Amino acid sequence: MIERLARVPWGPLVMVAAFFVPALGSRFYTFVATDVVIMGLFAVSLNLLIGYTGLVSFGHAAYFGIGAYTTGILMKKLGVPFVLAFPAAGLGAGLAALVFGFFCVRLTKIYFAMLTLAFAQIVWAICFKWNDVTGGEQGMPEIPYPALDWMQRLPFFGDFRASDHFYLVTVVLVALCFWTLRRIVGSPFGRLLTTIRENPERAEFIGVSVRRYELIAFVIAGIFAGLAGGLFGIFNRGVFPDFAYWTKSSEVLIMTLLGGMGSFWGPAVGALVLLVLNQQITSYTEYWPFVLGTVLIVILFAFPGGIVGALAAGVTRLRMRHA
Amino acid sequence: MLEVRDVRKAFDGFQAVGGVTLGVARGQIAAIIGPNGAGKTTFFNLVTGHLRPDAGVVILNGRDITGLAPHDVCRLGMGRSFQRTNIFPRLTVFENVQAAFISHRGRGLSFFARVEGLYRDETYAVLESVGLQDKAGEVSGFLSHGNQKQLELGIALASEPELLLLDEPTAGMSATETRETIRLIERITRDRGLTLLFTEHDMEVVFSIAQRISVLHQGRLIAEGAPAEVRSDPEVRRVYLGERAR
Amino acid sequence: MVSSGALPDPSFLFAQALSGLTAAMFLFLIAAGLSLIFGVLRVLNFSHGSFYMLGAYLAYQVVQWAATTPGRFWWATIGAALGIAALGGVVERLLLRHLYAKEELYQLLFTYALVLILGDVAKKLWGTGQLSVSRPPGLTGAVELFGTRLPYYNLFILLLGPAIALAFWIVLHRTRTGRFIRAAALDREMLGALGVNVTGLYTGVFVIGSFLAGLGGALVTPVKTIVPGMDVEIIVEAFIVVVIGGLGSFWGTFLGSIVYGQVLSFGILIFPRFSIFSVFALMAVVLIVRPWGLLGRPLR
Repeated sequence: MIERLARVPWGPLVMVAAFFVPALGSRFYTFVATDVVIMGLFAVSLNLLIGYTGLVSFGHAAYFGIGAYTTGILMKKLGVPFVLAFPAAGLGAGLAALVFGFFCVRLTKIYFAMLTLAFAQIVWAICFKWNDVTGGEQGMPEIPYPALDWMQRLPFFGDFRASDHFYLVTVVLVALCFWTLRRIVGSPFGRLLTTIRENPERAEFIGVSVRRYELIAFVIAGIFAGLAGGLFGIFNRGVFPDFAYWTKSSEVLIMTLLGGMGSFWGPAVGALVLLVLNQQITSYTEYWPFVLGTVLIVILFAFPGGIVGALAAGVTRLRMRHA
Repeated sequence: MLEVRDVRKAFDGFQAVGGVTLGVARGQIAAIIGPNGAGKTTFFNLVTGHLRPDAGVVILNGRDITGLAPHDVCRLGMGRSFQRTNIFPRLTVFENVQAAFISHRGRGLSFFARVEGLYRDETYAVLESVGLQDKAGEVSGFLSHGNQKQLELGIALASEPELLLLDEPTAGMSATETRETIRLIERITRDRGLTLLFTEHDMEVVFSIAQRISVLHQGRLIAEGAPAEVRSDPEVRRVYLGERAR
Repeated sequence: MVSSGALPDPSFLFAQALSGLTAAMFLFLIAAGLSLIFGVLRVLNFSHGSFYMLGAYLAYQVVQWAATTPGRFWWATIGAALGIAALGGVVERLLLRHLYAKEELYQLLFTYALVLILGDVAKKLWGTGQLSVSRPPGLTGAVELFGTRLPYYNLFILLLGPAIALAFWIVLHRTRTGRFIRAAALDREMLGALGVNVTGLYTGVFVIGSFLAGLGGALVTPVKTIVPGMDVEIIVEAFIVVVIGGLGSFWGTFLGSIVYGQVLSFGILIFPRFSIFSVFALMAVVLIVRPWGLLGRPLR
């Protein structure tokens, strides 16, 4: 029974189930679900670096922010349609990741982390100060929704609101991104990334150019973070400098840890749990940071593998008992 | 096949390797011996590109590889094992060796193929030759020390090298394990027509299989030649006087 | 500010330099603790800024309680520093210690969790308003120096900074404990093998670092208002200082503080629009060009 449960493809199932959230009829549920789906992608993209390659980035929000601003500027100021503005987010973020990453991968561990942080803060500062292009401190409110009228002609889904339609588009796009990332980590390239995580010295001496592979991973992670950002800007009805601020980076880092760095879907689970927890807690108290800090400490000491890690360990224990 | 000319390396004023010249012919089994701290591992690091020599050249098959990065050196046909077990602990035994094949056969930049069964036959062939085929699915970090050393050898072999550098392959092993390991290494070297250069502490090991021995002491070469010559060299006896023969 | 066409007013430059130096001394107190903890424990302690902030709040509180007791500012300062030192000891012994065996990421995130928790604790206890402490009665007033007015309190800080630096240096290089600390920074395993109580040493180092943070926080209260967010502000600056000077290098931290203080002081004049940018750009440049900073040990 445990075996069969464990073998169920939960990831794809959840994505399909996600389609039916708008059917629940509540604007709130759709709102939370959109948030979770987008942040889930953001967290999974970071995990490509942390969980698979062993690179701890403190500045992943830089690419999220660049993606958001790229899409926002293209759609709001230049009237570019979503179908072009969305991939542009990935492109812009990817280019930035290429430039920043080039310098970052020449460093290790704490120095790497600090340089990623420095670059992210630079991005934030540029967004904060460059009033003409980014709207400065005020950001860019009122990013238009993509043209989704054609969706009204769909069966079953046609009667939903615009925000629901956008949610459905988001689910499809994020599912595609997840599929791509899943293929990448399950590929020979992905396998070699894990060798870098396990033992960079040895990886060198099976012929892996560690710096080059790390840079490629950095760029891929940046692209998907950018795509998440592009979606988020529209969802949020506005793009703001704090998308690139270090607190955003720490948020996604905690999601990744909370869900579990050791599995593909872990960070997405972490995003779900953290966002729902946030919604619940902030409605009772203003001391969310305290709660977050406590949760983090509990994870670090009691569940280092995150939620998914704890579940997997539980399954293993049950298996052994039934064996 | 391998020619090292007058390499030197100093760390903060301490001369770890001071002008060592050494050559290994194709198909030969050569050993470097010397007491602790003689500079053996540093020498290896200079040859494999993990360290850049202050002076001197390293030539592999007529090609100057001095100062090349380790991953480039590896691609040119040199395989290496490390003194302290150097594997990929959270990967399974199979995945450890498979990774080496993926890298060596140039499939590393393949982003969409599935990795599960890639190079299965080749990987199992290597696992069999090092005796680990039954443990293919085990997580390598949980293996015994001896098994991990076998895996090390397997990873090095998966890079399909022509020249194999083994750094203290029997370190930390019991007498039985040592004998088995040496037999394994000898067989593999013979079957695959490899050239072997290894460093060792254990004199019995060295004298049993090496065709040519170089003796390092405090970073300098103090003797070189066939085992019988080296054994009777007075300088070597002086350096090793007081060392417990194992 | 700049006189017509000619060189800027020298007394103005001097004033800027002095203000930069004062800021540097405060920063040095914090950064020294951070650098020490990183050098020995290899942990980049994000919560160091929180300890600084709590030191400030604690000093404020003691001053309030002591009402009219003479010398209350000094009692408050020492009390706050000791209190934070004790907090550091408790945190290290009960919590941080258990994470040493785990990956560095876990230790870092732990210190970050502390930032979140301590920040809210401070908010709960002292609210979100701005608080301040007046200068100690002995050090009100100012002195005229080269055309600028230097408050006695700032002068005190300018002298205290190097004094503490010197005291630190003496302890590190001339005492047995100091030698152990330096040895632990280089090779902790070896030190443990030699029979030195490395665990106790770690706690001690963390306590000393926390003491300095608390002291810095307490001493800064007459100069800066106590607000939420001062923890993050100072830790970011301390990071930059430590990166510029060299992680783990003592004099590097001192030098880095001075350099950074001057950059901050004059940088704002030259690039007022981009001060927040230039600070991080500086950090990035140092990490790219010379990651081990001015006086750190070169990485391999």
